[in-house]
This record gives sequence, structure tokens and C-alpha cells, in this order.
Amino acid sequence: MPFGNTHNNFKLNFKVEEEYPDLTKHNNHMAKVLTKEMYGKLRDKQTPTGFTLDDAIQTGVDNPGHPFIMTVGCVAGDEESYEVFKDLFDPVISDRHGGYKATDKHKTDLNFENLKGGDDLDPNYVLSSRVRTGRSIKGYALPPHNSRGERRAVEKLSVEALNSLDGEFKGKYYPLKSMTDAEQEQLIADHFLFDKPVSPLLLGAGMARDWPDARGIWHNENKTFLVWVNEEDHLRVISMQKGGNMKEVFKRFCVGLKRIEDIFKKHNHDYMWNDHLGFILTCPSNLGTGLRGGVHVKLPKLSTHAKFEEILTRLRLQKRGTGGVDTASVGGVFDISNADRIGSSEVEQVQCVVDGVKLMVEMEKKLEKGESIDSMIPAQK
Amino acid sequence: MRMDSSALLENRQTPHRVHTTTGKIGIFVSAQSSSSSSTPQPTGTAAMPFGNSHNQLKMKFSSEQEYPDLSKHNNHMAKVLTLALYEKLRSKQTPSGFTLDDVIQTGVDNPGHPFIMTVGCVAGDEETYEVFKELLDPVIQDRHGGYKPTDKHKTDLNPNNLKGGDDLDANYVLSTRVRTGRSVRGFCLPPHCSRGERRAVEKLSVEALGALTGDLKGKYYALKNMSEAEQQQLIDDHFLFDKPVSPLLLASGMARDWPDARGIWHNDNKTFLVWVNEEDHLRVISMQKGGNMKEVFTRFCTGLTKIEELFKNKGHSFMWNEHLGYVLTCPSNLGTGLRAGVHVKLPNLSKYRQFEEILKRLRLQKRGTGGVDTAAVGGIFDISNADRLGFSEVELVQMLVDGVKLLIEMEKRLEKGQAVEDLMPAQK
Repeated sequence: MPFGNTHNNFKLNFKVEEEYPDLTKHNNHMAKVLTKEMYGKLRDKQTPTGFTLDDAIQTGVDNPGHPFIMTVGCVAGDEESYEVFKDLFDPVISDRHGGYKATDKHKTDLNFENLKGGDDLDPNYVLSSRVRTGRSIKGYALPPHNSRGERRAVEKLSVEALNSLDGEFKGKYYPLKSMTDAEQEQLIADHFLFDKPVSPLLLGAGMARDWPDARGIWHNENKTFLVWVNEEDHLRVISMQKGGNMKEVFKRFCVGLKRIEDIFKKHNHDYMWNDHLGFILTCPSNLGTGLRGGVHVKLPKLSTHAKFEEILTRLRLQKRGTGGVDTASVGGVFDISNADRIGSSEVEQVQCVVDGVKLMVEMEKKLEKGESIDSMIPAQK
Repeated sequence: MRMDSSALLENRQTPHRVHTTTGKIGIFVSAQSSSSSSTPQPTGTAAMPFGNSHNQLKMKFSSEQEYPDLSKHNNHMAKVLTLALYEKLRSKQTPSGFTLDDVIQTGVDNPGHPFIMTVGCVAGDEETYEVFKELLDPVIQDRHGGYKPTDKHKTDLNPNNLKGGDDLDANYVLSTRVRTGRSVRGFCLPPHCSRGERRAVEKLSVEALGALTGDLKGKYYALKNMSEAEQQQLIDDHFLFDKPVSPLLLASGMARDWPDARGIWHNDNKTFLVWVNEEDHLRVISMQKGGNMKEVFTRFCTGLTKIEELFKNKGHSFMWNEHLGYVLTCPSNLGTGLRAGVHVKLPNLSKYRQFEEILKRLRLQKRGTGGVDTAAVGGIFDISNADRLGFSEVELVQMLVDGVKLLIEMEKRLEKGQAVEDLMPAQK
């Protein structure tokens, strides 16, 4: 159970061998790292809110993983989880984030003016542009662990902050539990509505408890700036629009995030952040910037080229189907986004997307004309 | 599980806490000293052996802030849990640390159905029913036909007390089955137990079952080591249980660590079957083709009694008290935890307008042959006792035997185009 650590002391009556999970059939980051010795070392610890080692790893124990897709297999229940259980999280983070060391510093750069270009991606190829990240409010437990009271407090603070936005950010909040049918239809049509998680990875971590209490969607009137409240993280912030003007999308993203942060600060609330892990989020895979900046782009020829995967790797990009992670692409249209989250800044990651997508569109055009792209293959970034 | 005699002795454990087959791992662990643990002791719970940091933290929020929104809910828990009751119970915990929010999580996450009234709360250990009695007593009362907190439940597992039951017409009764559950005292229940506890329950159970002889001699198949061939055979025998998919069960935490320490034991004759660590510590099933309920029930009682004896020899009892009978995870299974039933052909009777009324008067319930929530196929129904608590095992099986006998008589009448009104039973 995500709740309760009293039981943790009781469990200490059993030996480490008796409590240590059977990870022999498992393939996730947690399972690669959590030896019996480490389990023995960490099992009597708890964070100040009572999150324990078993709480952190339950999702990874319950979801052995997949030979092809390496899941993380552990979550944070609060900000302190990353400190109290650093012996587990540091190697997981290092493995997941390309060797990021426990001593490394992460830089945050949300100054949109530092982005070069990005306003001229060819809309004949780039159908839409989107940037998302997450934010956690300091002082509250995270979705795997929070109580109804905490979740509602996060909702209340967030809605107050969002409702005081104006100009292009003026908008409205739609709580999941009191949505009308008409509102629901519209949000589905806009591709904004999120539903109760069905993934066993999320369910196993306890994130869906008390659904749909204190969950909701806020968006601006223009439908270009969207915030999810209490889904996988306290806040998921999304800036999106049709076409290829990533510069505009990123600007709106940065400005909006800053405005929200300012309002929170006025009420004496900060985001969870430190100079090692950057923005603290529920899943270790989202640490750092928590940013996924991407486009839906038509690459029917390039995607069938022998070196497509290699090109993406070198550009530090990843592909997904247009339904999101784990979906297949349809009609040669791919979701291309940055692969990294930590160790590089927001500007750097969006720059990778902008530069990389520009190059790939050029390659696509070359292939359309039957020309070779060998001279264009990039070096490893 | 392997009791490695050379296992490291943790310095925070006292020597007599090393788990052996004869050791009592009880929840009232006097030897646990807090000095070696980094756990801060919360204030106000000096009487409790352990602290519960998150529950304490939640106390900083008002009851209104923490009280679940049950406005769209329809389950027993939601009918009972007012804001005032929530406030009263929210600071409490059982000795193993089970809290009110743990009890009700499944009911909060599963609002229920207008037609099917689910229970909406579970126990995490034996003490749950005591510590949270103000919630569970009215739930039990509502679910079990008015059973009062002062009522006594009688246990009767003497198959000689069953009259008849060996002559249900095999042309109509295709198969016969009795099941119940048992919890091993001193261990937490499936919503709450740790891997160590669950494995300890498995070990004890497998040792006990391994000592059965004669008609009951059998073998244990651990879910996580099952060969393909074994799995296929168990599926063909309709014995295999799989990881729960019902959101009711998942939300209560019963599927954690699957398939660790879960397994199926059955005798060589395939008439006696035990599930280990599924929804309860043990589910015990006696079954066979045809209509000889007497034989099925006799084997059931004999087997249960033998298993209980074997556990006692190791210093373990089943959870039981004279008010609630056998203590199980779900309040709906308290008392006998017994469901005795048959698969019976009633194509004519099931279409008779008073079918539901007859069942109700006989204190029986119908299900499809796929189990609860399935539909009947080909006029074949699963008919079983509706009650669990407040009646003994013998009484419940007697009602089933007598009731099914009557149903078949009525079916035969209707086959011949004859009336059945004179056969209508009174309310039992």
C-alpha cells in the first residue's frame, strides 16, 4: 500500500531475505540496481512523510518490465525520497540519464530568447508543435503518496494561481469530477482530456487513488496552453499549437511557467527544485527539465531509411507514434522529441529538437527527390 | 521459502526473532526496540507499538479536507461513513499500522453500481474489525441481514449433522462444490501483508498441506515456478487462479508482489483444492461432478479440520472469534466464509416469474456458471447459499441441499406442464 509506514517497522521482524523481492524475472532500472544488500541497508528508512523503500519500489516489483522497453520501476513519494533513498535513486538516475553522476549539476534555462531559430520549421511537414513539463509544489507529497487533503490543497493553490492569469493566458479550470457532458465532449475533441490511468505502471504506484477527486484540466481560451492538475505529477504544463513555430510555443511555455511560479511564490509556495536534480517529479525519468518538446512531422521516407534510428540517436531525439509513448506511427507521421531530460537545460533540449527536426525535414526532401543523404548524417551530439 | 540457517542476523533484530517453523511471528512484538531504528516516534501514540508517519501528517489537514467525496458512491462503506465517523476514526491504527484510509481505499476508488452493492472496505489484519468496529459493525449489519454487534456466530463443521444431501438428482445437478477461506492468526491479511509475511503464510500452509494423507494427499504448485504443462493442466481442471483484474481487489492492494508466494495445492484425486494467498490467506475448496453434496461436505470438513490441526501443531491458529466466526479479508465473507453450491439445470424454473422470489425465500442466490457476475448459459445456474454469518456451516449447506431438492422438483413439474404454486416455500 502506498500509505503507512508503521508496517515498515513490523516488517523488520522478518529477515532481509524474507522481505527482499524476487526480481529474477525483472527487467527495469530498479531491478538492475536493488541488490539484497542495498535492500537491507535501506529498508528501515523512511522520509519525513513516511514513504518507505517498499513504497518506492512497489511499482517495479509489480511490473517486471519488458525485454525491449526499460521502465524505471521506482517512484518518489515526496521531495525527500531522492535523498533518503539516494543509494537506490542515484544509480537508477545515472543509468536512465546517460551516466548522470551523483555530483553533477543540472542547469535550468527557461529564457526563451536563448533559443535560436525555431520559428521556421516547414509546416508542409511539421503538423504540430508541443512542449510539456511537470512541476511539483514544495511541501506536499507526490501522487504516489499524497492524501486527499494534500491533493486538494495542491488543486486549490493551482487553480487560484491559474485563474489569476490574464492576456493570452486567461482561461478556465474543469475539475474532472464535476465536468458536464458537453465540456467533456469538447475536451476530448480538443485532445485535452486525460482519463484515469490504466497503465499498471501507474496504478501499481498508487497514483490513481481517490480518482477523480482533485483532478482537473485548465486551459486558456486560445487552447494553446494547458495544465493538468494531479495526474501523474502535481502539475503538467503544456504549450501547443498547429504548425511548426516551436519558437512561439516555447516562448508561451516559458512565460506561462514563470507567471505561474511567480503567483505561487507570492503565496509562499515554490516548485520542488535543486541544483543537482533540477525539477523534482514523481518519476525519475522526468527529473531535470521534465521537458518533452516535440513535433508531429511527416517523415515517410526518412523513417524507412536504414539509418533512421542512428540519426535520431545522434541528434539526441526519440520517436513515438502520434498517440504518444508506446503507440505506432500512422501514415508516416511521427512524434519526434528530445530524448534527454537531465544534464541539459530546457533551451538546449528544445534547440536539439528544432535543429534536429530541421535537418530531418531536409533529409526527407532529399529522399523525396531520390537523392542520397549520406553526406548529411550528423555527428553524435 | 528458504530458512537459511546461516542467514545474517540483522543487528536490529533480537535473536529469538529469527523466523523458524515453530516461531510465532506475532504482531505484538515485544522485542522490537526503537533505538536501532531511524524511525521517529510520533506523539500521541505511546500506546501503539509502532508509529505511522503519514497518518500523523494527514492529521494536520482538517477532517473535511481529508474526508472522501462519497456523493456518487453506492457501497456499504459509503452508506455508513459520515464525516463525523471519519473524524472519529482517522487517527486510529491497528497494531500493524492499518489505518482507516487503508480500510476504505477500495470503496473510495470504486464507487459501485446501482444494481450491485459492493462492500467497499477490507480488513488488513484481525484487529481491523475491532479498531474500526464503528465502521465495520454497521457495514456487517447491513450486509448480513441485520447481524448485530452483540450477536454470536456458531461454527459447526460436523458433517454428520447434515441430513441427506447424497441424493440430488444427477440428471439435473452437474457438479457440487463448497468453498471457504481461512486466515492464519498473527499475520496481516492480503491488503496489507508484506512479502515476508505472505511467504511465511505460504511456507506454513505448504508444510501443513504436505502432511495430509489418504484421500487428501496432494501437491503444491507455486504460481511463480509453474511449468507450462502444469499450468495447462490446472487450467483444464478449472483450478488455476490468476492475478486479480477486478478493480475492487486491485485497489485494496491484494495483488502486490504478484505472483510471489501464491500457489495452488490440490489432492491427487482433484477433489480438494487450496488457494494460497489469493484473496485470503487460504481458500479451501471441495468439489466433484454430480450431486453428492454429503460427500463433498464431508471431505470439506475433514480436510479443514485436519489442516487446522496441522497448523495448531506448529503453534498457529485460524483467526476466529465467537462474534464474527472466521475472520477474512472481506466483511462479506465473515462467519462461515462458506459458499456451497451446485451447477444445476433449471431451464424452465429460471423463466418462471417467481424464480427470484423462490430463491430469496430459500435463502439462496444464483450466479452464472462462470462465477459471480456472469450470466447463465443453457439454463444452467450456479445456485448457492446467500448467507455467510449468523448460520453455521451445517445450516447453510442444509439450506442449499433442501432448497436445490425443491427447485428440481419444481423444474420437473414445469417440464410436465404442471403447476408449482403448491410447492412455494415459506421464507426461511
